[in-house]
Parts: sequence; C-alpha cells; structure tokens
Amino acid sequence: MSDLVVRATGLRKLYGHRTALDSLDLAVAPGQVLGLLGPNGAGKTTAVKLLLGLARPTAGTGSVLGLPLGDRRARQRIGYLPELFRYPAWLTARELLRLHCRLADLPRGTWSDQIDQALGIVGLLGRAGDRVGDLSKGMQQRLGLGVALLGEPDLVILDEPTSALDPVGRDDVRAIIRALRGRGAAVILNSHLLGEVERVCDEVVIVHRGRAIASGSVRQLVGAPSLRVAVAGLADPVSVLRRFGPVTLEQDGLLIHPMELERTPEVVAAVIAAGGRLFAVEPVQRSLEDLFLQLVRTGVTEATEQFRLPVMTGPVGPPTDEPPS
Amino acid sequence: MSIRAILVITELTLREVLRRRLLWVLLGLSAVSVLFVGWVVTQLVAQARDSGMDEARVMLGVSQVLVIIAFMFSFVLAMSGAFLAAPAVASDVESGVALAMLARPISRADLVLGRWLGLSLVTGGYAVVSAALAIGVVALVSGYVPPDPVTAIACLVGQSIATLTLALALGTRLPSMSAGAIAVVAFGGAWLGGFLGSVAGLLRAQAIVPTLDIVRFLFPTDLLWRGVIHGLEPPIIQLLARGVDRGSYAYDPFVALTPVPTEAVLWSIAWIVLVLAGGVLAFRRREL
Ligand SMILES: Nc1ncnc2c1ncn2[C@@H]1O[C@H](COP(=O)(O)OP(=O)(O)OP(=O)(O)O)[C@@H](O)[C@H]1O
Ligand SMILES: [Mg+2]
Repeated sequence: MSDLVVRATGLRKLYGHRTALDSLDLAVAPGQVLGLLGPNGAGKTTAVKLLLGLARPTAGTGSVLGLPLGDRRARQRIGYLPELFRYPAWLTARELLRLHCRLADLPRGTWSDQIDQALGIVGLLGRAGDRVGDLSKGMQQRLGLGVALLGEPDLVILDEPTSALDPVGRDDVRAIIRALRGRGAAVILNSHLLGEVERVCDEVVIVHRGRAIASGSVRQLVGAPSLRVAVAGLADPVSVLRRFGPVTLEQDGLLIHPMELERTPEVVAAVIAAGGRLFAVEPVQRSLEDLFLQLVRTGVTEATEQFRLPVMTGPVGPPTDEPPS
Repeated sequence: MSIRAILVITELTLREVLRRRLLWVLLGLSAVSVLFVGWVVTQLVAQARDSGMDEARVMLGVSQVLVIIAFMFSFVLAMSGAFLAAPAVASDVESGVALAMLARPISRADLVLGRWLGLSLVTGGYAVVSAALAIGVVALVSGYVPPDPVTAIACLVGQSIATLTLALALGTRLPSMSAGAIAVVAFGGAWLGGFLGSVAGLLRAQAIVPTLDIVRFLFPTDLLWRGVIHGLEPPIIQLLARGVDRGSYAYDPFVALTPVPTEAVLWSIAWIVLVLAGGVLAFRRREL
C-alpha cells in the first residue's frame, strides 16, 4: 500500500561486526502514532536513523513518504528530534529555527510565522533571543522539539523526546503528539517510558536485540482485563461466575479472564443473589510494563534465557558476534 | 549536491567565525604586526640612506624583509587555516550537531563543501587584507613596490586554502586535533622539503633532489611559496643572479629566479579538488 507514511521490511544494520538492528519491519499510516519500545541498545535509534537516511541499511528495503530510504526529498517533510539534542551553542533560539527553515527549504514568507508558532508550542517565546548554549537542558530539548515541528511535517520522529523534561513538559509533549495526530501527521516515538507510550501510541513495536518481539495496539498487546473475586459461602462459586467468562481458581480467589469490566456490578449482584459473601472484587489489567519486562526478561527466544538470574537480563544489547543468517 | 544547501552552510560558517570574534582577533594581530613592521622598515631605510648606501641595495634589503614577513605570515595562515578547518566537520560529528542538520534535505557533500567554501572565504579574505596591508605599508614608508604583488598574494591564498582543505578533509574521519596537527606538519614538511632541496643544490648533492621534490609535489604549498617570493623580489635579483655568483642565488631558499610554472599552479588546484573530493567521499561513508 503506497499511502503508508513509512514502510520497511527486513531492516538490518551492522556496525562493524556488531548487529545494531537484526531485522525489523515497520509500517506507519498517516495520523498514526507508532511507539518503538525497547531496552537500551535494542536498536531504536538505529532504526530511525535508517528511516532518515542518516545511516545506510546493511540489508532491507523501505520507503518513507513514498520515496525510497535515504532519498533527500523525503527529508523535506520530516521533522526529527535526535536523542542527543545538540545544536550550535552560539546561535540564538530564533536563529536556530531560522537555520532549519532554510535547511528545510520552506518558503521564505512562512518563516517568521513558523518560527513563532514553534516557539509558542514548546513554550520558549520568551527565550527566543537567548543563545542555545545558555538555555537549560530541558529548554534545549523543547527547542529541539520546536525544530522538529517546523514546516508542518507529515512525519515527525521523536527519539526519547521527554528525557530531559519535567512532568509538565512531558504532558506538553503528549499534547503535541495528539495535535500532530489530529492534523494527520504520522509520529514515531522512541521511548522506554512505558506509561508515556501507553498513553499516546496507537501502535507499539517492542524491539529487543534488533528484532521486533511484539507489536500491535496497546490493547492487543496487554490483552483483555480480568476480574479477581474473593467469595465465601457458595457451594459452587465457579458455576455462578462462569457466565461472565472463563474462570480459573487462584490461591487468593477466582479469576475471570477475559472479563468485560462494565459487567462488574452484575458479578456482585449474582454472588449476593446466590447467597455468597463477597470479600473482594478487583479489576486486573496487565500493564505494558508487565508485558515489557516479561518479554525482555524471559520471552527471549531461547529457552535457556528463562533460567538466567534476573540481574543478568537487565539492560542487554544485541549479541556481539554475527548472528546465524 | 545542491548549491542552495551549500550556500546555507557557507553562510552559517561565516556567521560563526564573525560571532566568535576570531576574524577580528586575527585582523587585529595583523594590524599590530604591520604597524611594527612599518616602523622597523622606516628606521631601516632612513639609517641605510644616511649611511650612504646605494638605493638598489636598500630596495634589495627591503624586499628581503618583505619575503621574511610573507614567510612568517604564510605559517600563521597555515596554522589558522588548519585549526579553523580541522574541527569544522569533525566536531559537528563528535558533538552530534551534524545529526539534526543532516536530517534536513541536504547531503553530506553539501555540508563538507559549504564548510570548505566558508572557511576558504574567511582565510582567503584575511590573507588578502593582511598581505595587501603589509605590502602597502612597506611601499609607503620605503618606496619599494614589489614587481608582482597580485601573484604573490594569490599564491599566499593558494597555500592557505591547500592547508585548510587538507585539515578539513582529514577532519571528516579523524578527531579534529589529529587532523589539524597533520595538516600543519604537512605544511612544514613541504616547506622543509623545498628548503632542503635548495641546500642540496647549493652543496651539489643533486642525487637527493628528486626525493625532496616528491615531498613538495605531494603537498604543493612549497611550489606556491616560490611564487610568493618571485612576486615580491625586485628584478635586480635577476640581474645579480646573472652575474658572477649565479650558483648561490639559484639555490638560495629565499630567492626565486623563475615564476611558478603553470603546471605547478594547475597541479595545486587539482590537488585541492582531489583532497576535497576525498574528504567528501570519506564523510559519506562515516557512521554518525
Ligand atoms: N555509530 C555506531 N557505531 C557503532 N555501534 C553503534 C553505533 N550506533 C549504535 N551502535 C550500536 O548499535 C546498538 C543499538 O544502538 P541504538 O542506539 O540503536 O540503541 P537504542 O535502542 O536507541 O538504545 P537507547 O535506549 O540506549 O537509546 C548498540 O549496541 C550500539 O552500541
Ligand atoms: Mg536510542
């Protein structure tokens, strides 16, 4: 389908003998926010560099905005915030934005509007005349975000956009991302802040050791919710609860999974009507974090990984030697 | 490659040099040096004339002062060119500044060429202004007008651009310190090669001359240096050299009896183009 903003298949990148990205497929539609999640060294930054043409893939193909990977014209319509948001320190904030208007070849007449708009969105209008080097770290990241928003790009790539931001800034970034989606732009968000991803992303790809180990919407990934019920005084509680969903016996009660949580009051009513005594009714939703930890710690292809100590499976990179092809 | 993108980077480079006040510092230092030289030459000429020295000899002396000034200045130019150019691309990459710029619709070649053009304009402009000032002040206080100041200045500019091109090209792959150091050493080495070639001629040690010529050929600043001398020395040197002591003048490292051959000029230009192209290719392969 050619109306995808990003499509990539089998992206692979070696730095020397180190595999930064093993094989990654991506597809992003207009108005979609894609989250790339993964532990340190998983290959998230490498993946976006390949999309931007900042690095050449060792293998794999793809297109961005209908143009082949690395095509310069595509970059005209992409906004990018690098994970290390470094800009010439001697420029003022406004001059930096102006430089990027020129580099992006935006029509000259639009520059000052674009610049004011970007400064306004990231809350730096009052500091427009300050040298980049004199801004605080978080302000520099905000400025980088402003740079990425110039010219209303069709694709915005944000590599850990909130790493230096305070909670207010993080909330602002979520609002900015929602606004981008609202006007039909596609967004790729690299992050390991799972809550952030959970809140704004339509689609999530979990990358581990250069491969996608899970992908789908947040809802699909975390699965349906369950309801944990602790009852007493019923001869056969399972038969009472079965009509709400499959029931399993757990040590601290019964678990209905999957469960439509809107029906929770009906569960309570049914237990009372059958003469039972209710001690607890607890909706259970697996978080993205649970899934992430589980996948990264144990779901790592080889069965032997499961016997490793947790401390050894923390921040892991891709294998250093050539993987079997 | 896009001319538009190259010019954006060129302008950025020029603005940075101005903003960091580097150009003003260099020009200020030049002004001070030129004033000092003007004063020395004034004294020198006045005292020589008082002592009854004939005018041709006085002019010869002044021309030698000019050559020595040009010699010092060519080193200053090479050093400043190298230390401006070595970090031009290298530190953008090391600091990560290059990432955001290259994510725009500009190519890596544009970045290198834009930097090169900007620095060449700065260094070239500085060379022209300072050299013209020195020659002008000396002419004013002594009356000595070199036969071909334009060629001399052009060769000086060529030397400085060659050095900065090497530093810039090396800086696309090497850390800026190493790139700058190598370029300065190459400049010094080429000069030494030329100097030793003259000494070898003087001592009739002709056998090692080809080896030394290779050094001068590999880094052509010394070929251009001959052009600087030739443009600054009075024609009387030619007359003297045709006389009794031709041998010693022919091999004097501060005397150039012939203008720079056209081939040497063409080779210098080709050399700059080749080194710059090498830098662009190297940078295109660099992982950011
Ligand atoms: N320029 C480079 N040269 C050599 N190796 C590199 C380079 N860039 C990345 N790598 C390696 O590639 C692997 C993936 O790195 P990458 O930066 O893509 O990870 P990441 O998922 O963005 O991690 P983080 O969450 O820490 O930002 C790492 O092992 C890293 O060391
Ligand atoms: Mg990263």
